[in-house]
Amino acid sequence: MSVRPKIAVIVFPGSNDDRDAAWALGALGADAKPVWHAEPTLPRDTGAVVLPGGFSYGDYLRCGAIARSASIMSAVRRFAAHGGPVLGICNGFQILCEAGLLPGVLRRNRDLEFVCRDVAVRVERADTPLTRRCETDQILTIPVKNGEGSWYADEELYTELEQSGQLVLRYAEDCNGSVGDVAGVCDEVGNVLGLMPHPEHAMDPLLGSGDGALLLASLVDAAHGRVLSGTTR
Amino acid sequence: MRVTVFIRPKAGILDPEGEAVRGSLRTLGFSVGGARIGRLVDLEVDASTPHEARTEVERMCSQLLANPLIESFEVEIEGAAE
Repeated sequence: MSVRPKIAVIVFPGSNDDRDAAWALGALGADAKPVWHAEPTLPRDTGAVVLPGGFSYGDYLRCGAIARSASIMSAVRRFAAHGGPVLGICNGFQILCEAGLLPGVLRRNRDLEFVCRDVAVRVERADTPLTRRCETDQILTIPVKNGEGSWYADEELYTELEQSGQLVLRYAEDCNGSVGDVAGVCDEVGNVLGLMPHPEHAMDPLLGSGDGALLLASLVDAAHGRVLSGTTR
Repeated sequence: MRVTVFIRPKAGILDPEGEAVRGSLRTLGFSVGGARIGRLVDLEVDASTPHEARTEVERMCSQLLANPLIESFEVEIEGAAE
């Protein structure tokens, strides 16, 4: 890849997977830029945005509830509205749900357990900026680590999302009580995505699994596509 | 003006924390049919009338304090006739 597409990794107080995400994106050919939450804008020529995992604002009130009103989030909203790929991982997923950029909400895990292990995740759609390097029905092994990762939507919303194909990833095993075993969703257009599993922690088979690299490499491709087409902000 | 907001998990929404507390109370020998755990927020609000305070706090609830997908809220204004 001749151009290293710029991917902004937003850092909130309490983010703790930002450096792992940046390292993984860098290893996959991106130029990952940490961006502090108080910044009013994204770096020039940003091709994609990642909201990393962690415990922003100590998970006060509800996970992601405080972070969603951070200064940088207005810029992230604008970037998303212009079709820019935005990925929320774990706490980043919770923030995108609280911000109303993704449907549903993440609740406390059914068994009150902090789930921290590799899980099997099935790709339901292989035509999103996160899954283009995968095949439909492919099973990926990616770790989760969360106490509040049980995705919830009421029956009406769930049916709507299922019909519109917004349920991008599902657990292929019982994980935490998520409705429909949903592990990741996207917005109506498909450029905003969130998932509870951590692809940045599944980058090398030597450390358990390299499947996360398929997802993040798809995102790097999408960012690269935006740079080449001149549609970066 | 002092305002208290009660935030509760909506009826029918699984509340594993409440379930765990119920189990623990039963272990201690208490006869408890159910327990639900919510949150209470005490606010000091700048408002000239209880009506104004209520409107303002309801906006706070819908924008931040409660998530309407899973939580309901109740606003209580000190000294105001309910």
